[in-house]
Amino acid sequence: MTSQNLQIGADGRLRHFLSIRGLNYQLLTDILDTAESFSGVTEQSIKKVPLLRGKTIVNLFFEASTRTRTTFELAAKRLSADVLNINITQSATIKGESLLDTLRNLEAMHVDMFVIRHADSGAAHFIAGNTAPHISVINAGDGRHSHPTQAMLDMFTIRRIKGPDFGRLRVAIVGDILHSRVARSQIHALNLLNTGEVRIVAPRTLIPAHAEALGAQVFHDLHAGIKDADIIIMLRLQRERMQGALLPSEHEYYELFGLTEKKLASASPDVTIMHPGPINRGVEMDSEVADGPRSVILEQVTHGIAVRMAVMSMAMHHQEDSRE
Amino acid sequence: MNKLENVPALIEGMAHELREIIRQTGRGNPAMVGIHTGGVWVAALLHNQLGISDPLASLDISFYRDDFTRIGMNPVVRPSKLPFSIDNRHIILVDDVLHTGRTIRAAMNELFDYGRPASILLATLVERDGRELPIQANVSGTHAGLNAGEHIKLHGPDPLVLEIRTSP
Repeated sequence: MTSQNLQIGADGRLRHFLSIRGLNYQLLTDILDTAESFSGVTEQSIKKVPLLRGKTIVNLFFEASTRTRTTFELAAKRLSADVLNINITQSATIKGESLLDTLRNLEAMHVDMFVIRHADSGAAHFIAGNTAPHISVINAGDGRHSHPTQAMLDMFTIRRIKGPDFGRLRVAIVGDILHSRVARSQIHALNLLNTGEVRIVAPRTLIPAHAEALGAQVFHDLHAGIKDADIIIMLRLQRERMQGALLPSEHEYYELFGLTEKKLASASPDVTIMHPGPINRGVEMDSEVADGPRSVILEQVTHGIAVRMAVMSMAMHHQEDSRE
Repeated sequence: MNKLENVPALIEGMAHELREIIRQTGRGNPAMVGIHTGGVWVAALLHNQLGISDPLASLDISFYRDDFTRIGMNPVVRPSKLPFSIDNRHIILVDDVLHTGRTIRAAMNELFDYGRPASILLATLVERDGRELPIQANVSGTHAGLNAGEHIKLHGPDPLVLEIRTSP
């Protein structure tokens, strides 16, 4: 089964949320619009809506994460769902239980949704394809493949700041594209939303071979890559993945690709700086940039809650049909 | 298709009745909340005619519906906007058509997530038969006696026109 027919139900609505690829402009726009509505919930004195009351959502994290897991948890709680956090690295797999056995056990507890983070690409698709029909699966990051809710919260942030017309925007994604599931999802989302120019900027060793086929222009020079950019998205240098000869040193990386106020001069005067976190200060960017007026890094975190509320509630609706 | 009555005149009548209730009950300085979409159109006119000082608030009750798991999310949900604190305020809640009462229940649930109003009055342009909950309007522009299979819908915002349709 392709991701497309796994993700979208017969009625054209979201069934699972596994990757940006396979979705369309309308669905992406619906997610952003719905997230916009949910962002008002934080203004209520009771920061909760009863939409998913009585539903149980399982955060199934096979890979460590703080920000993503907590914002998923908060999003589920603001929808009034019950949340179960399972950190598999410390749990069943250590005792030798297989992934499918773990799933079957959770299904037997009558849960309604899995939010999956896994180090293997395709893990969320695998689980979506093997779980009970009434359960929805949300991908919270799988290997190098995809991190679709991160991409959507980035699109939400861009739309909030620059308006709904992505056609006039130049967006530069800078850093370790090779290992980045975030970059892949961002490029797909930017292209589905008809972004004027999508650029990726990185040393040759950190760009995948088929990069142009993703729908982005490739730059190996930061100055040229961010020239006149309206949005610069800095990626985290994944130090744990830098074994071998990918990078001479972090210092040299910072010299060539680290963002400083000085290097920003070639970008558009009202450029916006984004980063999915956590930041390596003094590697991807200077603190002056990260904490400066153009940075929206903390807004991204806030927006992550509304976007995850949107995706979870949109994927949950199909359930009554599939139970019948 | 059957067009119904003069909507602006109905709203003027509602404003008159609301003024009377506010005077009799001493609920001074009320605030007004319209329910998307038709209720906001009606509320905009009432808000103006009653000279209410706080801006008009609007509610989209999609996140409070009781049929979410059956029909899913409304694809177009507008953010609710309550630009003032509703704590201890007298609220006039406005909708276009009062039918089952479920929309009003959802709206009141949502209001209480924003605060604790002193009181709520319900004003609807049309009230029709078919209540499924013990909810009645304090003020309604008109009563629509509809036959089985008939629905009433407000078109707007300019002009506001009520239309009775028969479902096929």
